[in-house]
Amino acid sequence: MNQTQDLKGRKIIIHDMCLRDGMHAKREQMSIEQMVTIATALDDAGVPMIQVTHGAGLGGNSRQHGFAPHSNEEYLRVVVPRLRQAKVSVLLIPGLGTMKELQSAYDCGARSVHVATHCTEADTSPQHIAFARKLGMDTTGFLMMAHLNTPEGLAQQGKLMESYGAQTIYITDSAGYMLPADVKARVAALRTVLKPETEIGFHGHHNMGMGISNSIAAIEEGASRIDASVAGLGAGAGNTPLEVFVAVCERMGIETGCDLFKLMDMAEDIILPLMDHMVRVDRASLTLGYAGVYSTFLLHAKRASERFGVSTRDILIELGRKKMIGGQEDMIVDTAMTMAKERGLLKDVTA
Amino acid sequence: MKKIRCALIGSGNIGTDLIYKIQRSEMLEPVWMVGIDPSSEGLARARSMGLKTTAAGVDGLLPHVLEDNIQIAFDATSAYVHAENSRKLNELGVMMIDLTPAAIGPLCVPPVNLLEHANKVEMNVNMISCAGQATIPIVFAVSRIQSVAYGEIIASLASKSIGPGTRANLDEFTYTTSNAIQLVGGAKKGKALAIINPAEPPMLMRNTIYCQTEDEPDQTRITESILQMIGEVQKYVPGYRLVNGPIFDGKWVAVFMEVAGLGDYLPRYAGNLDIMTAAATRTAEMFAAEILAGNIQLKPLEVA
Repeated sequence: MNQTQDLKGRKIIIHDMCLRDGMHAKREQMSIEQMVTIATALDDAGVPMIQVTHGAGLGGNSRQHGFAPHSNEEYLRVVVPRLRQAKVSVLLIPGLGTMKELQSAYDCGARSVHVATHCTEADTSPQHIAFARKLGMDTTGFLMMAHLNTPEGLAQQGKLMESYGAQTIYITDSAGYMLPADVKARVAALRTVLKPETEIGFHGHHNMGMGISNSIAAIEEGASRIDASVAGLGAGAGNTPLEVFVAVCERMGIETGCDLFKLMDMAEDIILPLMDHMVRVDRASLTLGYAGVYSTFLLHAKRASERFGVSTRDILIELGRKKMIGGQEDMIVDTAMTMAKERGLLKDVTA
Repeated sequence: MKKIRCALIGSGNIGTDLIYKIQRSEMLEPVWMVGIDPSSEGLARARSMGLKTTAAGVDGLLPHVLEDNIQIAFDATSAYVHAENSRKLNELGVMMIDLTPAAIGPLCVPPVNLLEHANKVEMNVNMISCAGQATIPIVFAVSRIQSVAYGEIIASLASKSIGPGTRANLDEFTYTTSNAIQLVGGAKKGKALAIINPAEPPMLMRNTIYCQTEDEPDQTRITESILQMIGEVQKYVPGYRLVNGPIFDGKWVAVFMEVAGLGDYLPRYAGNLDIMTAAATRTAEMFAAEILAGNIQLKPLEVA
């Protein structure tokens, strides 16, 4: 569609990612106090949904993904009772998180879940989606690294998740690789095959600076849920910056129900001071977007770079070439070691 | 040489690959393949390879067990039907090798504990999972040197090598493998992660093993132990290869492995399939050797 659509009056559900994707940007080190401060500020600013877990979701506490100072249950038990209006969601990646952990999160007050698979592997999610629905949770099928599937292929994967019981299908631009036309093609393809009552969502990363434009493009094609995080606190160059997105929505007449000035204050006064590094487009995060690499790999690759003396960019490009996907963080160290050996920087124990 | 006659239950990827492994064995002979879908490719292939087949499930096999002298059965169906399959066959004196995540019998990783199970004449042993077979030997190689507080494994599998059963039941895979890292690997706490990667051309199976030792790791002895163990696994899975490590970071030991398959049924990238079927075959051979030597006699189980 070429002409600018009038989106005035369209209602969008915003889902904040600071306390889940943002955990990645904090190397999973967020205190209970920081969680509560951020969650209550989001709640006060009218953000309707807040995701709270380890960056890799339920079951995320691991050597692979980092150990947070608290369990998911500990975070949820503290955050949920403090909220007036916002609903709390969790992330579950089958193969990492299990139904036992979903039950436990539900028992701690989580009422919505993103069940996430790689964009071609939706059929690893039927038990988890069905179980979430059985618990009565608002259930989303979350197709990660969506740029690695065609619009038609992605639509078929979304259709599978819908058949398991998912009420919303998300296009997840985990690498921050997509451009607005890529997003539009995927939303349109999903809209063609999904039931009218099934919602479509978009989860962006800002690695190419496209978080806002991609989210608007998704809405133009019929998406009604948008993931974002205040000040962009998230993996890579961060998620779609929530307060900026809300400002754009206000100008366009899209209704989010959020209080823009409160969100602006929160970004400046709460989120920015607790960032360990400036979450923004820089050499490494731009490499992610450009090469189509999973955003969470950023800090892992930086650590491997320091340890083995191979540049972060070289490691990320190689991971992209080897088509590594979310969850393969171990392959970052492995790849860096192999590259270091090839460059004579590391010796093989068996040599 | 006399061979022990076997039945294969389940005509999917694992069952079909098993035909090749067992046909090569000097001690085992594949006689029956059991499926539930008359039009399945696995059953057709089994017939073309000279096996008798039934599409009537285990009940279709039962009337032939005694006349065909079936002594060992491999179950590659699903965790949900395994218990019933096992009960029916054990009643007839058939020893069961379980390749589902059901794990009703003791867990078996050949270079770690196979001898122990064979000596006890277990009527049902469980092969855990492909990831378990690929990683638990390494966890054990560390824990036999010094105490392991925590063992974590990450298995990356080519999408094309994962059948619909495993996909639909990923939690069972996670639970069974995590539990076995503790029970067989010897880690006090175990965690298993699985990643299914659709890259083309398909990637070889990769496994990363992290162990956190309780005290400072003895790097020399742990490295020796791991290299020795890799040699043991290579005896039945030649494509089991160390890619990187072991590397040490404080109390953490990390080992990065790759498994290339033999390319029997699925191409070589499906090392996960091979390590599972090769371990099951090796397990059956150990029991077969004992049966042939007259050291053990399988007896019908009395069912209460």
